[in-house]
Amino acid sequence: MKTLTFPDFVINRDNEKCIQCEVCVRQCAFDAHTLDKETNKVETDIKKCVGCLRCATMCPTGALCVSEYSQKIRKNCNWNEKQLKELYKQAETGGVLLTGMGTDKDYKIIWDHILLDAAQVTNPSIDPLREPMELRTYLGSKPSKIDFRFDISDLKLKNLQKGILKTKLPPQLKIETPILFSAMSYGAISLNVCRALAQAAEECGIYYNTGEGGLHKDLYKYSKNTIVQVASGRFGVNPDYFEAAAAVEIKIGQGAKPGIGGHLPGEKVTEEISQTRMIPSGTDALSPAPHHDIYSIEDLSQLIYSLKEATEYKKPISVKVAAVHNIAAIASGIVRAGADIVAIDGIRGGTGAAPTRIRDNVGIPIELAIASVDSRLREEGIRNRASIIAAGGFRNSGDVVKAITLGADAVYIGTAALVAMGCHLCQKCYTGKCNWGIATQDPYLVKRLNPDIAARRLINLIKAWSHEIKEIMGGMGINAIESLRGNRLRLRGFDLHDNELKILDIKPAGESL
Amino acid sequence: MGCSIAGIIDESGKRFSGEEIIRSIKKMFLRANGLGGGFAGYGIYPENKDDFCFHVIYNSEKVKEDTENFLRHDFNILKSEPIPTRSIEEIINRPLLWRYFLKVKQEVRKRFYEMTEEDIVMRSVMKINDASAGAFIISSGKNMGIFKGVGYASDIGRFFRLEEYSGYCWIAHDRFPTNTPGWWGGAHPFGLLNFSLVHNGEISSYGINKRYLEEFGYKLTLRTDSEAILYLFDLLLRKHNLPINIVHKILCPPLWSEIEKMTQKEQDLYRTLRIVYSNALINGPSAIIVSDGKIMFGFSDRIKLRPLVAARKGTKFYLASEECAIQEVCSISSGIHFPKAGEPAIGYLNNK
Ligand code: SF4
Ligand code: SF4
Repeated sequence: MKTLTFPDFVINRDNEKCIQCEVCVRQCAFDAHTLDKETNKVETDIKKCVGCLRCATMCPTGALCVSEYSQKIRKNCNWNEKQLKELYKQAETGGVLLTGMGTDKDYKIIWDHILLDAAQVTNPSIDPLREPMELRTYLGSKPSKIDFRFDISDLKLKNLQKGILKTKLPPQLKIETPILFSAMSYGAISLNVCRALAQAAEECGIYYNTGEGGLHKDLYKYSKNTIVQVASGRFGVNPDYFEAAAAVEIKIGQGAKPGIGGHLPGEKVTEEISQTRMIPSGTDALSPAPHHDIYSIEDLSQLIYSLKEATEYKKPISVKVAAVHNIAAIASGIVRAGADIVAIDGIRGGTGAAPTRIRDNVGIPIELAIASVDSRLREEGIRNRASIIAAGGFRNSGDVVKAITLGADAVYIGTAALVAMGCHLCQKCYTGKCNWGIATQDPYLVKRLNPDIAARRLINLIKAWSHEIKEIMGGMGINAIESLRGNRLRLRGFDLHDNELKILDIKPAGESL
Repeated sequence: MGCSIAGIIDESGKRFSGEEIIRSIKKMFLRANGLGGGFAGYGIYPENKDDFCFHVIYNSEKVKEDTENFLRHDFNILKSEPIPTRSIEEIINRPLLWRYFLKVKQEVRKRFYEMTEEDIVMRSVMKINDASAGAFIISSGKNMGIFKGVGYASDIGRFFRLEEYSGYCWIAHDRFPTNTPGWWGGAHPFGLLNFSLVHNGEISSYGINKRYLEEFGYKLTLRTDSEAILYLFDLLLRKHNLPINIVHKILCPPLWSEIEKMTQKEQDLYRTLRIVYSNALINGPSAIIVSDGKIMFGFSDRIKLRPLVAARKGTKFYLASEECAIQEVCSISSGIHFPKAGEPAIGYLNNK
């Protein structure tokens, strides 16, 4: 069938500059560049270009320029180019549209409508380069008070040593900065990427998350900084897996595809992946939409406690859910079911593969989810029982500060971490042909990502964001992150509706205390 | 803001006239602007020392009547009288100022057996103050009272005839308000049950301290950070039953880097405190004096952005924003102490 669709990009090759070196031919896994054997000239098929800019970045002479396809259909706000292309594609294939990464729809980004406060005159700002500035955070369940026994007649209690601390804290994850690497499974991403994430987590004093794809043997040495996932497919779950983790996360859902399972096609299930996931190589790895043993909150509670038993109550158990309409009640249920951490993934969360319609239409923004969950847990007096990790499209340290000020304990970053390693957001992760060597298992492509260099880039990113967070806190006159967390009086909404302000529980810009 | 604070406690429990604390706070008048001042005195009502004493500000006779009817649900009113004042030209537009001596009714104690007397008092205070109907309870402890209003502290002290009272512990505040308008109830000290607190500073953690306290049923009606600090003391000292030194370490915890240098046992304690009570950390410039009648406790923030001086002479222990305020009432040549950032200065009532 002749395709009616038209290209997304044009590639312009400057023939004056091109030296016919064929770098672009080798770099493009989508075959947008080929060598015409007869003329011995490099040719380009723009229809195949996915816009990942790999060729343009690698071209030694700077001969390539990728830009948007300029030939336009008649302007129509309703039936725009994207709609038409998707319709043609479905008419030609009869299939569900697939995509990768987080939604690219222009939903309002509430972060950009929230403004931060700073100290002026009555309350001095603090220079983080001269004064201590503490970002350390502990994730896990906390008792609502401590039990400290002391002799009441010894009111002066000159020696605190004489008192006895009766309270034993439940297990905690210590993080030096409130940022963790979000769940990305080996299979969706390459082992090199996993290595880079693990190395960076170790160096930064934070955690990375294995996702649902099991834990490769080479990564066991990073166990101190590893959160392992138990998802509906139960891939790679075994006693060593728990042993090698600092915490276990039950994955119920993710922001990019709430209510949808996962599907790693057999061709990606290499020998190594089959070992790690504990499934035969070459078979499809299917994650069912629900956990087949969780049909209600009591079932979740059972799984949480089975995992606590299995890890001897030494490791926090997290439950990850997508931010959906009823998220506050769901989170409350999860906390009451015994979770130590609730991870919430908003509508802009990324993925290796998801049906486009689900990714673009299901869920709610993480900003609103954080606010409503934190408020709800406080209303119920159970906020201390679990930490909140927010996920879903954190783009910079400003977003992170705002999330924490709304009430999150920490954030998960996935997309931002991949971009730091070279991802150009072409959204073709589901094809397995990632030209940047990230979302692929093809050995030729995997080689492109050097784990040590990628780790260095991640470490730089976390360091940079941490510096920025300190700078912002200092400006607010705050020197410990616990005084920022949930301190919504330091936020103002700008250009937000009354309802949004109400849910975020923040005042509009211009309104004083 | 440049408010001044001061406090004097006679650790032997000997009572002395309120005139002394007036002189002390007056010395620092340059730090105030006449928009609010006040005092708390302990040991001032010996003849009613086992009854709760409410000092109340009323807007009108009508609210007074309604409030008294409300109080009668839970309390026997033993005495009801105006707080004595003298007419002085500096103090104008004064509200109705009334005091009550109360006992919790037996039947109420029985009905709410899970609550202590203090919980019942707190519930009433929160209800009345939160209703903002024109009645405001400024103090609610036993054998203590708060006297405050709009004006310079020294004028407020004369207005309330404090020289006629004698107590063993006094704290005072003179105000330079920046964050809330002048209003009689908004002056310091803030009080709840036996606690009273004066504060110089502005805390940057107020938003989260407030939300934390609300989880425990506190209503922060005044929109001021000092109120939040007072309730933190009530929560930690009274409800969570922690000793003052521990409470101090919760409000002003050591840095993580300092904790790491401690012995294992201390590390466990301080780490647990910071983790469990992260919402109670007080951040931002502050010097605070708080008392519950048993101790007088002064401290500044973790990096000492507000001044605090301490001194001891004989059985008396003094705290003030500036040394001159102490020198004014007891000339000491040595023994003036400048507590370091986050280091507390405490006077204890010794008599049992
Ligand atoms: S990489 Fe650049 S120089 Fe080499 S063939 Fe392609 S366009 Fe020409
Ligand atoms: S990971 Fe690779 S395939 Fe996926 S969006 Fe990034 S560059 Fe494209």
